[in-house]
Amino acid sequence: MFTDLDLALFFAIIFLVLFAGYMAYFWRKPKDMDATGEWSLGGRRFGTVVMWFLLGGDLYTAYTLIAVPGAAATAGVGGGAFAMFAIAYGVMIYPIVYATMPRLWNVSKRRGYITASDFVKDRFSSRSLAMLIALTGVLAELPYIALQITGIKYVLAALSLPITVSLIIAFLLVAGFTFVSGMRGPALTSILKDSIIWVAVIVIIIYIPIKLGGFGAIFHTAGTISPNLLSINPVIDVGYTTLALGSALALFLYPHAITGTLGAKDSKTIRRNASLLPLYNVLLMFVAIVGIMAVVYFNAYPKVSSEALPLLVLHIFPASFTAFAFAAVVVGSIVPASIMALASANLLTRNVYLEYINPKASDRSQTNLSRVLVMVVIIAALLFSLVPAASGEIVYLQTIGGAFIMQTLPAVYLALYTRKLNKYPVAAGWLVGLTTTIVMLAELNFTSSLYKNFDFVYIGVFALVLNLVVVGIGMAVMKAMNKIKDEGIIENSEFEDIE
Amino acid sequence: MNPILKFILLALPYFFMVLGVGIYDRVNPELGGIPFFYWYQLVWIFIAAGLTFTVYSIENSEKKNRKAVS
Repeated sequence: MFTDLDLALFFAIIFLVLFAGYMAYFWRKPKDMDATGEWSLGGRRFGTVVMWFLLGGDLYTAYTLIAVPGAAATAGVGGGAFAMFAIAYGVMIYPIVYATMPRLWNVSKRRGYITASDFVKDRFSSRSLAMLIALTGVLAELPYIALQITGIKYVLAALSLPITVSLIIAFLLVAGFTFVSGMRGPALTSILKDSIIWVAVIVIIIYIPIKLGGFGAIFHTAGTISPNLLSINPVIDVGYTTLALGSALALFLYPHAITGTLGAKDSKTIRRNASLLPLYNVLLMFVAIVGIMAVVYFNAYPKVSSEALPLLVLHIFPASFTAFAFAAVVVGSIVPASIMALASANLLTRNVYLEYINPKASDRSQTNLSRVLVMVVIIAALLFSLVPAASGEIVYLQTIGGAFIMQTLPAVYLALYTRKLNKYPVAAGWLVGLTTTIVMLAELNFTSSLYKNFDFVYIGVFALVLNLVVVGIGMAVMKAMNKIKDEGIIENSEFEDIE
Repeated sequence: MNPILKFILLALPYFFMVLGVGIYDRVNPELGGIPFFYWYQLVWIFIAAGLTFTVYSIENSEKKNRKAVS
């Protein structure tokens, strides 16, 4: 049972992080906080260490601590070892980052972009396409933010705290520090957040295996419960690889990942981080195995799979460590949620409001509008926490967001490498891709993102293939009509490194 | 750096993770009781980091040389 002291520790850690978030306002404070790129990008001055935590931070959120072990503790072909797709995903993220993000950073620095849509607008000379990409970004962030909120719910339940009230308070506090500090808030707190999570995770993944007699014994017992815990059933091989590949393609298209990346002080910082961050995945694998350990320890699959890690920690550790670990989960949810809401608000302000509603808005009123929109986005995300995936395998919430955002790949990644792409084929591909995604997800009632009737293929990847085919056909038609030319106003040299 | 070599080094993990699933989706050989499916992917975390770091090191030293010349 939790004593008042344990609960005090739980709240003290959360408030420490939130307090640091508010204080971040003063961190490297500029003369003019209202200038573009100050509130929203922290002034584009983040070096290797901050970027490490900002970019790597995505790997250590409620996704890792709740969703992935939860998936591992789920029965059937889509559970157990299948959760390891998160590791394959982690392996495949960074070569993409290395190939794309330095180019995007260079052009963004030269032209003062703070969102991917800013780039799309100039690359295609189309503010409509830019707006579509921006709205897709916001749509994709909602289920990802919902995953963070849902993650907190399972911890609060295990602590027997009043869930609804606590959740609302937690998110008001996040919205509050994002409101005040902008990007400085999550950048500074992500360092604290990762440190707290690392301590919790290291203790968990060392102590529990010892308690259970080592990894050999764990997997031996797991094998007697289900072969699905040791390796995946070949029927779901396609689902496994497309989900891992698709998630990797999607991650750095998310507005929050791009906002984070553009906050770097130079492109070398991005390259260096992209080459070393994969090592940050090592712990991730062991956290995934915690879900397997839960099944072994209880000798049964937990009733609510997302409670696998909280329940196991609750049963094995003394209450004071449990309080610490649970605080780590909460902190690991609210900091990323802040970055995601901030990035979405930037898109709505810059690529919708400024473009279509009030082109003359001052820097100050833009910043203030973004502050309000942070609140709006968080409330909208709460709605996504009601979809069925949110009460089942919540890992699918993230993959639903990924399926949406992946449809912007031609407009962003391909456009970084060729100037010939025209806005019409790209928009047509986007429309086909997004429609396919939504129709297929609806057919599954938003419970999963793997399409059973088609080898369990990940819907996002399936839709992206159709998207790319449409772009290809469109470009072929334009070529036949001799309409291929250099598009947009960005010169190829602008992608080169700034010396 | 030769763009083809760069592409190969960066793309290698995708071949082994995506197309290689038929190879690594198995329990044996185990390593200290850990199924092959798990430790294969763990090893790839290190290989992938090594490959990207190699590309970074080469590009970085090329850049330094260019600066020194100019």
